[in-house]
Amino acid sequence: MNHWIIAPVVLPALLAPIIAFVMRHDITLQRAASLAGAVMLTAIAAGLFMLSADGSVHVYRLGSWPAPFGIVLVLDRLSALLILLTSVLGLIVLMHSAASGWDTRGRHFHALMQFQLMGICGAFLTGDAFNLFVLFEILLIASYGLAIHSGGKARLKSGLQYVIMNLAGSSLFLIALGTLYATTGTLNIADLSVKVREIPVEEAALVRVAAMLLMIVFAVKAAMFPVQFWLPGTYANAPAPVAALFAIMTKVGAYAILRMHTVVFGPDADAIGSLSQDWLMPAALITVAIGGLGVLGSRRLMPLIAFAVLGSTGTLMLAVSAFTPYAATAALYYLLHSTMATAALFLVADLLLARRESGDLLRAAPATVQNGFLAALFFAAAIGIAGMPPLSGFLGKLLVLDAVRVADYTWLIWAVVLVGSLLTIVGFARAGSLLFWKSTSAAFAGPEPAPEEERPPANTIGPMLAAPSVLALASLAALTIFAGPVSRHMEATAEQLFDPSAYVTAVLADQEGTKDPSSKSHGDEEAAAKGYDESGAEAGTPSEEGH
Amino acid sequence: MVSGSGLLAVMVMLPFIGALVPGLMIRAGRDACAMFTAVPTLLALIFLGILAPEIMAGGTVTAKIEWLPALGLNANFFLDGLGLLFAGMILGMGLLITLYARFYLSGEDPMGQFYTYLLLFQGAMLGISVSDNILLLLVFWELTSLSSFLLIGYWKHLPEGRQGARMALTVTGAGGLAMIAGMLILGNIVGSYDLSVILQHGDEIRASEYYLPALILILLGAFTKSAQFPFHFWLPHAMAAPTPVSAYLHSATMVKAGVFLMARMWPVLAGTDEWFYIVSTVGLITMVIGALIALFKDDLKALLAFSTVSHLGLLTMLLGLGTKLAAVVAVFHIINHLTFKAALFMSAGIVDHETHTRDIKRLGGLASLMPATALIAVVAALSMAGIPPLNGFMSKEMMLEEVAHTDWWGGKWPIIILATVGALFSVAYSFRFIGHTFFGPVRDDYPHHPHDPPTGMLLAPGFLAVLVVAIGLAPSLIAGPIVAAASTAVIGGGELPYYSLKLWHGVNPALFMSIAAVLGGAVLLWLHRPLDKAWIRTPRPEAKAMFDRVVAGTVLGTRWLIEGTHNGAISRYLSIFVVATVLLGFAAFQGGGLPEQTREMLPVPPLVGVGFVLTMLATLATVFAHRNRFRTLILVSVVGLMVSAGFVYLSAPDLAMTQISVDTVTVMLMLLALHFLPKYTPLESPLSMRIRDGVIAVIAGAAVAALAYSFLLTDMSPISDYHLANSYKGGGGTNVVNVILVDFRGYDTYGEIVVLGIAGLTLYALMEALLNGPASRRLRNWTFPPDRSRDRHPLMMVVATRVMMPIAALVGVYIFLRGHNMPGGGFVAGLVISIALLMQYMASGFAWTQERKRFEYHAMIGWGVIIAGLTGAGAWLAGAPFLTSAFGYFTIPPFEEFELATAMLFDLGVFLTVLGAVMLMLYSLSRMARYAGETVNLEPMDYDPSRRVDAAIEADKKDDA
Repeated sequence: MNHWIIAPVVLPALLAPIIAFVMRHDITLQRAASLAGAVMLTAIAAGLFMLSADGSVHVYRLGSWPAPFGIVLVLDRLSALLILLTSVLGLIVLMHSAASGWDTRGRHFHALMQFQLMGICGAFLTGDAFNLFVLFEILLIASYGLAIHSGGKARLKSGLQYVIMNLAGSSLFLIALGTLYATTGTLNIADLSVKVREIPVEEAALVRVAAMLLMIVFAVKAAMFPVQFWLPGTYANAPAPVAALFAIMTKVGAYAILRMHTVVFGPDADAIGSLSQDWLMPAALITVAIGGLGVLGSRRLMPLIAFAVLGSTGTLMLAVSAFTPYAATAALYYLLHSTMATAALFLVADLLLARRESGDLLRAAPATVQNGFLAALFFAAAIGIAGMPPLSGFLGKLLVLDAVRVADYTWLIWAVVLVGSLLTIVGFARAGSLLFWKSTSAAFAGPEPAPEEERPPANTIGPMLAAPSVLALASLAALTIFAGPVSRHMEATAEQLFDPSAYVTAVLADQEGTKDPSSKSHGDEEAAAKGYDESGAEAGTPSEEGH
Repeated sequence: MVSGSGLLAVMVMLPFIGALVPGLMIRAGRDACAMFTAVPTLLALIFLGILAPEIMAGGTVTAKIEWLPALGLNANFFLDGLGLLFAGMILGMGLLITLYARFYLSGEDPMGQFYTYLLLFQGAMLGISVSDNILLLLVFWELTSLSSFLLIGYWKHLPEGRQGARMALTVTGAGGLAMIAGMLILGNIVGSYDLSVILQHGDEIRASEYYLPALILILLGAFTKSAQFPFHFWLPHAMAAPTPVSAYLHSATMVKAGVFLMARMWPVLAGTDEWFYIVSTVGLITMVIGALIALFKDDLKALLAFSTVSHLGLLTMLLGLGTKLAAVVAVFHIINHLTFKAALFMSAGIVDHETHTRDIKRLGGLASLMPATALIAVVAALSMAGIPPLNGFMSKEMMLEEVAHTDWWGGKWPIIILATVGALFSVAYSFRFIGHTFFGPVRDDYPHHPHDPPTGMLLAPGFLAVLVVAIGLAPSLIAGPIVAAASTAVIGGGELPYYSLKLWHGVNPALFMSIAAVLGGAVLLWLHRPLDKAWIRTPRPEAKAMFDRVVAGTVLGTRWLIEGTHNGAISRYLSIFVVATVLLGFAAFQGGGLPEQTREMLPVPPLVGVGFVLTMLATLATVFAHRNRFRTLILVSVVGLMVSAGFVYLSAPDLAMTQISVDTVTVMLMLLALHFLPKYTPLESPLSMRIRDGVIAVIAGAAVAALAYSFLLTDMSPISDYHLANSYKGGGGTNVVNVILVDFRGYDTYGEIVVLGIAGLTLYALMEALLNGPASRRLRNWTFPPDRSRDRHPLMMVVATRVMMPIAALVGVYIFLRGHNMPGGGFVAGLVISIALLMQYMASGFAWTQERKRFEYHAMIGWGVIIAGLTGAGAWLAGAPFLTSAFGYFTIPPFEEFELATAMLFDLGVFLTVLGAVMLMLYSLSRMARYAGETVNLEPMDYDPSRRVDAAIEADKKDDA
């Protein structure tokens, strides 16, 4: 068994408490540890990516218990890809946080970051539905801590809304899992895949409800209509690097739907049929529309970006909702793009807002230092998120549009996505023109700049500070240039996803090396029997899963 | 020998690579910057020249680079006659513009930026002209929109520049997006996105049911780009750009892209009635309206802009006619228009540069002041008017001749009249451009005294004017081959129709129409003054104002919608969430049936009935009493207790213990927290909303109950049977709940203690932020309620908790140790110890207790998480997966045999984390209290009676003494 599979969880989970409790008095030490951790995580993720690239499915049986009785981690192409994405994003965000000093504006930033990475990686790796719930909790609490990092009234208020909405989602998650367990008697994803397919449609009412409730739970995470309301406020008020990291958070929801509603509740299961697609697609479509409208209607830059994130998520979910291998290919390519584009935009916005005295309100104000450089970064990031060439968003959008042709109302989808793009383009053009062009007009030409030596030290963007944003943008360029190889890998990933037999076989069959309790027992057989009887009498409740 | 395809691919890339250069080379000076901008263009032009002979001989050059095969998007390029013509125009004009701009731009303009944008734009245009993949074409198409946005907005400090740029981007961007849909449909019909394949499938496309939508969507792209009515309004506003940009965008490139697209798609899309009526009508209307408006524009560039609109209309109409001959004429006119219009823009730029005005009413008489400029401008303008022997004359004659043979909307006359009127206006504004700018009396009130510019600035327009004359005089020699090559490509191969490029075609209808146009134009100019007055008086729709209103209205509308719905009203968010959940759950439920019922209803014993009723009553009471927060807390704890009782009844002692202790700790902490919150919840929502929320809540509750009820009716075989069977043999514990927690699903527990740990960190960070923020001021001004107890730390409680302390601690240890085999475990033990400690704090105050603690709570959480993690990782040493447990049985006399399991170490981690987290919460609350001015007591209790006794004894002693 390859122990590296669990490293993306254990490494940050051990590092975080050390950062929080041993290094808490020295920010430099924290930064060094946190960055080193992120570098190691990226290296491990790259290794796992290579490991899974050949299409093999690797199962890690925690506690040596056989599936479906213990918890398993499953590394396949999809999980490996997303872990790699998470670790790269994490590294970029950590660099920015350290360079911009965001990590000093509140306590425990780095520890929370590590825990957050742990939660995200764990969610991508787990092969157990209840464990997914646990990891969602980790994600939620860590992201809440990060979202309110450094405090402030608006931030605390939107953070509260975030946590309330997501707690409601978590409660629903439990209800859904209860229903699922009561119907199938298992929580292991591979086992569920088998069990759900055994249920005839005449007896499928409950499992259908479970599938739908789970979809809503994941939709809350992915911020889809009608449970998207929390996102704009939370993202707009979160510290910018945190918002950049949150780019992957909506993708956790997308991933969960992609995983659960293909492997378990796939369209090939009689009990489910086209249920997932029927509801997901309209919801995604409305999300796209809300995103576009919001970008155009926003008065402030951060909400504008947040709405662009909504639009991007909606587009991603559109591709997911088609539930075909080709659409999943499109979805995965777009997912990579959307994550990095969102992150880039938030990081660039942070560079700008840190230098702009009037905050993120979209109104003309004197130009900041390095107006041209910031404008160029913003232009590139806006092109990315709006899905314009030459960056990968355009390719992603074409792929998505091409892939959703399975629906009966393709024309409507195209119209909404394209009009949404137009609204986004116009919204960003207006914002950019206000922020970077109007600021240079004569009305803002202040008094002659003071002589060099009298000026206060300019708040210029050095290479260390610019690097993370530039890296994120460069990744979009790389995605464009290497679209062929990337899409081929996505294709292979999607194929693996839509043929769950390898996944199921890897988890359920071939369980050598797991604990075989019959061979290992206390010498006194009677005592063993007695113990079993006792425990049986004591713990005969149907809901042991509750902690 | 270099392969043609390699050259082609490199040629397309050159401008993009070259775009990196000017931004840097500007540091070496303006001349160097311009020179290095010219290098990639010149190189590309040379490459094109190398490829040209093969194309002219009727061949094509292709280059295929695989890019995104999954989509069918590949970087395939092909160069045929049409591509060659456009590539040549784009690169050639690019070179001339580079030269012209070097002299045009002032020292204050950032030249490096300008050239970078110019090269990007040039690359995008070049890409359009040689794309052999319609998706690739879309990529370049959108790139032209973006790069032209930068070029038009180049003078970013001017509002006209910014607005013009945004308008151009909006209109052409919208068209581009429509075109995406059109191209996708086209690719879908054919099954390939490769242009060369699509061009083979004309019949199939025209026969498809999706032909019309595809046509309309693609034409939307072409019409917006080529400024066709009613999308023509952006073009004049794009004139806010520096003149070199206008000359480039509006003669050779940007606006010609739409025409190029129509020509490119001509073989597959043209030839149907839909094409004919849509394209020719739009073109004709645009031609007439553009020319009419141009006549009354006083700004030289605006006049030229509307003239461009008009000529684009002319080209569109020609392509729309659908005949091969018309297509040939269109190709010829594209060349002619490029030459005279670019020359005119540059001349207008020179006039502006020299006189500092472009207002035609303030000009006149420049012919004698700047003769060279005047000569160039007059030649070009006469060509625009269609005066022989210039090239404009020829293509116009051919156009009129073509029109004269066309039936349009039921007859020949409408189109003949409209085309002649268009030509007439065209003559009039061309004459006005000449007459009112260069002739007439020399004035003495020019804003700046004009003279001819430096030679460098005249080179480019001069060269173009020479071309105008040369093509006019020797058309077949100069333009013949390229027109033939390009036309062949436009009509999709095959024989070209008979045509001849010459000045004199004999006496034909076109000649009469032409004469009528020239004479009419002269008359119009003569009447210009009164006509101009009438024009100014006539109300006309103002496109910019309308566009601005539409955009502003849309922005306001979206703002209203978005801010109204995303306004942070969490109760609405939640109600939408709940309603959606119930509805979708119900919809899903409807799609399947329920399995057969296998379980019988159990009788309800009286005890259970009482518990049920109590729970319901407490819940109901909570609903009615929830505005009083303390009371609510008590009521909620009743529910918690009843749930614990339920666990006891259902033989789940572990769960019951956990529930009770969690409930106790939560209520205690919440009581402390309530201290800082208002004691009553104000009534904020109206009755209607409360009723709405009530209905939603009841329905949702009923739905969950129904769901639970229905799944309790059937049996199934859960995985927990395995857990029951293997708890002792495999996990070494007889308490299966504990073994599940620390072994079977220890990873879940690990996750949950991490959650607790993070909660602790977050709490601490939050408290820090609060106490350093504005909230701390409010805390400092905290006033305690008047009914506050005077005896905060009563004697009874201090004594009782002190006595309880060791007992509770012992119970905690006991529960921890027995956990693996009997109800208990680290989680409950942690809570029990926390309660014991919590009580000390409550009895004697935080600070007093704090002084006596020996360990750091903060670190306790960390150690808990680390111990649990390391225990799990310890399994690696044995080569087993994370969290694999091991256990053994040991006998150390005089004790009985006992068991040691690694799971216990893991449980210790759980214990420490739970204890640490609870204590940290308490610590945070007490920090707030101290900020609020809570006094710190040094004694265990406020009133110590023993001290009084001591004092009395002391006093007695004194008395005795």
